[in-house]
Amino acid sequence: MRKKWSMLGLIFVLILSLALSACSNKSAGGKDGDEKAGEKSNAKDTLIYGRGGDSTSLDPITTTEGEAFKVTENIYESLLSYGDEDTTVQPGLAEKWEASDDGLTYTFHLREGVKFHDGTDFNAEAVVINFDRWMNGDAEKFPYYTMFGGFKKDEGHVIKEIKAADEKTVVFTLKRPQAPFLKNIAMSPFGIASPAAIEKYGDDLRANPVGTGPFKFVEWKANDRIVLEKNEDYWMKGYPKLKQVIFKTIPENSARLNALQTGEIDLMDGLNPSDLSKVEGDKNLQLFKRPSMNVGYVGLTVTRKPLDNKLVRQALNHAVDKKAIIDSFYGGFAEPAKNPMPPSLEGYDDSVEEYPYDLEKAKALLKEAGFPDGFEMELWAMPVARPYMPEGMKVAEVLQASFEKIGVKAKIVTYEWATYLEKASKGEADSFLLGWTGDNGDPDNFIYTLLDKDSIGGNNYTYFSNPEMHDILIEAQTVTDQAKRNELYKKAQAIVHDEAPWIPLVHSTPMMAGMSDIANFIPHPTGTDLFTKVEFK
Amino acid sequence: MLSYTIRRIGMLVPVLLGMTIVVFAIIRAIPGDPAQVILGQRATPEAIQQLTAKLGLDQPIYVQYGSYLMDLITGNLGESIRTGEQISKEMIPYLAATAELTIFAMAIAIIVGVNAGIISAWFQRSWFDYGAMIIALIGISMPIFWLGLMGQWFFSIQLDWLPTTGREEIRNPVDAVTNLYLIDTLINGRFDQFGEVFKHLILPGTALATIPMAIIARITRSSMIEVLNADYIRTARAKGLRMSWVVYRHALKNAVIPILTVIGLQTGLLLGGAILTETIFGWPGLGRYIVEAISYRDYPVIQSGILMIALLFVLVNLIVDLLYAAIDPRIKY
Repeated sequence: MRKKWSMLGLIFVLILSLALSACSNKSAGGKDGDEKAGEKSNAKDTLIYGRGGDSTSLDPITTTEGEAFKVTENIYESLLSYGDEDTTVQPGLAEKWEASDDGLTYTFHLREGVKFHDGTDFNAEAVVINFDRWMNGDAEKFPYYTMFGGFKKDEGHVIKEIKAADEKTVVFTLKRPQAPFLKNIAMSPFGIASPAAIEKYGDDLRANPVGTGPFKFVEWKANDRIVLEKNEDYWMKGYPKLKQVIFKTIPENSARLNALQTGEIDLMDGLNPSDLSKVEGDKNLQLFKRPSMNVGYVGLTVTRKPLDNKLVRQALNHAVDKKAIIDSFYGGFAEPAKNPMPPSLEGYDDSVEEYPYDLEKAKALLKEAGFPDGFEMELWAMPVARPYMPEGMKVAEVLQASFEKIGVKAKIVTYEWATYLEKASKGEADSFLLGWTGDNGDPDNFIYTLLDKDSIGGNNYTYFSNPEMHDILIEAQTVTDQAKRNELYKKAQAIVHDEAPWIPLVHSTPMMAGMSDIANFIPHPTGTDLFTKVEFK
Repeated sequence: MLSYTIRRIGMLVPVLLGMTIVVFAIIRAIPGDPAQVILGQRATPEAIQQLTAKLGLDQPIYVQYGSYLMDLITGNLGESIRTGEQISKEMIPYLAATAELTIFAMAIAIIVGVNAGIISAWFQRSWFDYGAMIIALIGISMPIFWLGLMGQWFFSIQLDWLPTTGREEIRNPVDAVTNLYLIDTLINGRFDQFGEVFKHLILPGTALATIPMAIIARITRSSMIEVLNADYIRTARAKGLRMSWVVYRHALKNAVIPILTVIGLQTGLLLGGAILTETIFGWPGLGRYIVEAISYRDYPVIQSGILMIALLFVLVNLIVDLLYAAIDPRIKY
């Protein structure tokens, strides 16, 4: 009897394993790389892009979230666009443009023969309708439109009038010059939607996008995937190369890499620095490096004691070994930061001398500031991974150990992300980890947004307020002469360096991984990638 | 039986009402302003104020609760703050995804767990018994997170048997009808897809099944041992009845109440506790829907999501209670 039961057990196990292997008949034996590639060859015109989060909206003007633009960038086009690898302004839906000498009038000459995905024509009227829609909204509906200084009813709104001069010419008249105007126009949120679709869908445009871009929207399954297909009538002849692009949400970085290794997805962002070796060791995969347009920093809230003392802030700057942090947590793919903006931006001041890692100097400064024995403070660690801060908690621990060496006892504190941002924006943190990825490649988008007194309550979490710098930044917003602007931003960087409201840590190089047969894919510094030219070898 | 059923269902009303109050209060105790979160890092204070007013979040909390309850009674779960969609409509695919995964996982857990428990009980102190109980112990203490990633590594990357993530072969997607994909593929007559969907269920289903399977096995074993030592079993065996007959007909029936209890509890737990599994396996289920809503302070979605889980939990318990009464006529309250 006993024997019979053990037999039964054995049979059960056998059946289970049979069932398992039967399930895998299709790809059985596919472990071999070649066979895997062969099996997929019939599907080589579909690119599956694995990413961490879902889109919030497919109407790009209604959100400020990067995940949304990754998709809409391929559906919509703006009047202008950026270079393949940088944020230089390039033709988009407008083939040519000219600005008046006083910087108040911009004339855009639109591309001929462009159609929206619904078959309607793209023309000057469509541009006017889109901008009218946005400027008559408010910050709640169209948050990114504030790049143009507010809305129609607002004092600061920079656009006075938009007119369709003829079928293919649009004229923008500004109230006052806005230096980053063209760079703003080129941003993903300002993609031009089909007026017919705006009329038809209203607010539901967020789930029914209709643009002029290389790919048409097909399907959105929330938290799962978004499917786009080739726009056969795309104006750029011979493009796009791919038949389909699918954006697939896989929240966990390691799980996403697993999916890439099995070929379920073709491309992924958010590669953990600690997983670099896995990608490098797999001949089926290749590594993509996104040009850096970000900054990760330690904010020192200048309204809180004893961080209100400049010497204390400088001392803390001297106490951080950035090189060690980069080697440990960024896989070496980052450069130490000394300014609040990355070196790739025009106006970057390379002459600023970094605070060297010097504990003696730090101690001396603390003594001079009246804290020979150091002090206690809170150090907030980011609870989420961002390209500029893949492992906030661990970086905080290293900083804590560094500060300890000069007698500063930092207590590490963390909150859930939304709470973290809210409390920090209210100035409740002594010191905190944070960072920023640029929107449009303009210095204004870093220094003014992050450190001007106007941005307190917004993104200036350190409450740093310097009237001299404020005047400089406001001037730089209106000057259109780039050389002069660069000089102004250099002055601002010198002030930030001296006042030290931050410990700038890194400009990281975000990493992506993809199948080795992906060709012509160039990750864009804005984090928003266009798949027009991408194909499989 | 009927009056018992009706009474039992009637008891759900105060329970659910209590749930709404608790959930409503707790959510509003989370720090973080929804308007700020929705509008993002780049929002202006005026915009935040406008949105707060529009969402009715500037009203006193009892007014907010009152209108929430009124909506609920009329079957209106409200709109998601983040997406602007009707929650009752938006939630269906998530709910179905979780239901499919949970049912699959519980099926594995029950079939394997109950049988392992029975065999262990019958062959007490045999190699099978020790082996099964050691595995059960490991199963209970294994972090799902680790187990899931290891499962992907071994069965997907090394053996290439199973897919790592998602619900379906993405290059050959299923047309959703009921959103229960196993059923949808059959409705559409796509048997190739059925196999794919089934394969996608195996890893997350097994990961999710591990803990309940282990618990069910242990409860079944101890419950069975108790029954197997009873006089009537000895009598049955003495009469020369077939072993399997004795175990599955006589013993199991009397050992089933505690097993049923733990199955009910575990099913309820899985419904809400699948968050990690859903995250690792990119499974677009209710757990992730709620977690995401929490990070966006999407109050209506959090409320509705938790309420839905609570509802499912009490429904499962209701079914268990009714089954008790059906199986054991002595149980009447």
